[in-house]
Amino acid sequence: MSASTHAASPPPRKPRLVCPAGSLRALTLAIDAGADAVYMGLKDATNARNFAGLNFDLAQARDGIAYARSRGREVLMALNTFADARAPGRWFTAVDAAAGLGIDALICADTAVLAHARDHHPQLRLHLSVQASATTQEAIEFYRERYGIRRAVLPRVLTLSQVEQVCRHSTVEIEVFGFGSLCVMVEGRCALSSYATGQSPNTAGVCSPPSAVRWEDGAGGVSARLNGVLIDRYAPDEPRGYPTLCKGRFDVDGTRDYALEEPTSLNTLSLLPQLMDMGIAAIKIEGRQRSPAYVEQVTRVWRAAIDDCAAQPSRFAVQPEWTAALGRWAEGQQHTLGAYDRPWR
Amino acid sequence: MTTARPASLSASLPALPPPPAALRRLIARLPVHPPSLLLAAALNRTLRPRLPDDAAAALAGHTVEIEVRDFGVRLRLALRDGRFHSAPDHGPVTLRIAADAASYLRLLRGNDDADRLFFERALVMEGDTEYGLLLKNTLDAIGPLLHWPAPPR
Repeated sequence: MSASTHAASPPPRKPRLVCPAGSLRALTLAIDAGADAVYMGLKDATNARNFAGLNFDLAQARDGIAYARSRGREVLMALNTFADARAPGRWFTAVDAAAGLGIDALICADTAVLAHARDHHPQLRLHLSVQASATTQEAIEFYRERYGIRRAVLPRVLTLSQVEQVCRHSTVEIEVFGFGSLCVMVEGRCALSSYATGQSPNTAGVCSPPSAVRWEDGAGGVSARLNGVLIDRYAPDEPRGYPTLCKGRFDVDGTRDYALEEPTSLNTLSLLPQLMDMGIAAIKIEGRQRSPAYVEQVTRVWRAAIDDCAAQPSRFAVQPEWTAALGRWAEGQQHTLGAYDRPWR
Repeated sequence: MTTARPASLSASLPALPPPPAALRRLIARLPVHPPSLLLAAALNRTLRPRLPDDAAAALAGHTVEIEVRDFGVRLRLALRDGRFHSAPDHGPVTLRIAADAASYLRLLRGNDDADRLFFERALVMEGDTEYGLLLKNTLDAIGPLLHWPAPPR
């Protein structure tokens, strides 16, 4: 299909549901709950959820792929951190391992990693990670021309009309985030965690590495510290969030409040008809660090919603039980449409 | 658009009436050793055989205190020499976990998410965050340790 044909008449399609798997158990539950694809990472710094006890060794990856494939589903591997200049070989070895496993697609951000995959494993399908922070059709086209990417995951900084603009003109598939914890929304460009701890998602695969996090119970509540830096202080009955700098409350000009971002979860269920109309190829659920129970139940809701919307897009309505179920798993007090619905650019 | 989060869904668990306050205070003063021994024995049957060797090695040598808040019960465990043991009543712990019995039950049955309980303060973790995360992720990957009561059909 040529680019112009695609741009002129995007085929209506049912977006694929891409769900997180931090463990083999989460992977199997996601598949059973109706995920079209799951994404996972290896047990090292090559993926952006490099936390102790999480992720897959090669044997587990093999088992997960076999489980998914026997049910006609896909397994994508996130290899989406940026290679360390001191030892880039680990990233290239991981690409080789993914190719050897027969993964359905590799999700990458670093151009060196993409180039290695293109040169050594031309059969390997490549998806551009959200960490690459490609926000325009031109940027995405660059990655397609140079590295042959087949899908781009859009950063959560775009408004709905910007997503539509990219989608209408893209020559590759477009994937967007549908649900999960939000970060400060400069994917691929945020170094706040590095500022406090020396490690960030792009460098070490971790935001607020747990070794640097301390929760201190005191008379006035609980203090969250990141490498000694006070991130927030919660009253005894106040809900907490992830201990990241971007979601901390700070004194700014005498006012103590969220200076950058409130702890909220993205929830775009209500946008499904519009996203489908744009021809979005896939919807991603965030949360490889969350439990298998979260993965299973969030997947189940999104499966039902996508099927419902595909069957009768014009009559689609968000069911209250879906909102209640998703609200139960959300970070923070609220869920939001994030930048999709933001009035400012 | 921002929507207020609805209240938590009720869990499909039988009610576990906590003991009255006076009894709870009495229980809290009892030594941790006997209930810890029982839990260690249960974990050696249910969890230990399913614990991967690398996780067992990483978790070994640390004391974890588990408090069942609404029952006033406090237990201390350590993984040593490949088995769970009751740990001494006093002294420092690597990690302290506190939650109500119903929250523990939901986690043990694989029905809940430790992060969610943590956000809502239904689960409190204090001490070595990295160790706590390793423990949480290891247990998540293993799956439910308890299948009672049976899920509704």
